[in-house]
Amino acid sequence: MDITWYLVLSALLFATGAAGVLIRRSPLVILLCLELMLNAGNLALLAFGRANGDQDAQVFALVVMVVAACEVVVGLGLIVAMYRRRLPLNVDDMRSLRG
Amino acid sequence: MEEVAFFVGAIGALGGAIAVIALRNPFYSVLALVVHLVSLAGLFLILHAEFVAAAQVVVYAGAIVVLYVFVAAYVGGIEEPLWEPIPGQRLLGPLLAAALFIELSIAVLGSALSSLDSQGPTIALGFGSPSTIGELFLERFLIAFEAASMLLLIAAVGAVVLAGRRAAPSEQEQP
Repeated sequence: MDITWYLVLSALLFATGAAGVLIRRSPLVILLCLELMLNAGNLALLAFGRANGDQDAQVFALVVMVVAACEVVVGLGLIVAMYRRRLPLNVDDMRSLRG
Repeated sequence: MEEVAFFVGAIGALGGAIAVIALRNPFYSVLALVVHLVSLAGLFLILHAEFVAAAQVVVYAGAIVVLYVFVAAYVGGIEEPLWEPIPGQRLLGPLLAAALFIELSIAVLGSALSSLDSQGPTIALGFGSPSTIGELFLERFLIAFEAASMLLLIAAVGAVVLAGRRAAPSEQEQP
């Protein structure tokens, strides 16, 4: 398979994730869509690494995975904190930075 | 054979991604994410990234999805309102995403990289194996490795601070 196929698939997955962030309002689903976008970036990184025969891209992809894990942990912690304070779990209602 | 594997993985990844954003129940969205992640791990295998594929299944489909399932069960079904706060949001969102896809495709296909229309160079036997990735991590990318471990530690402590704290008595009275 040509590398182009992987890159176009990666762009498609990224656009899907971006559409999810734009149209969904539950913070949990928005976090899932961020995962989709990060994974699309990973796929592009690995495709470029394969195109150049270079393994450094795989190290980058693993670091991206670590960052995604951190983002999930902090984001889910925020959602649990919002739920405990009985704040609305809807990003349109969470407009102010005051708790 | 490789084409068949690619298209099976691509359909799985794309179908999972669309299911994540289309299903109304967050619990089903999380399950669709598992389909997406496992298909993507298959694609990583075709790209000779064995260790990344294994880490994808173990870290994502194993650990992170369990966290998501736990929080989705804890928070319960989040009801999204049927009315749209921003007029035309359901129409404009996919439109903007389609524009983003076209733009990314033009950027990739228009870059005229010589390696785009090839399958990549022939690679050595140990390409992407755990031993080579481990060597890279512990020699060339040692600082990134240590920074990643510090980041994980800080995120774990931050999550405990964020979610573990009980609300103060004065805050509990507020709605």
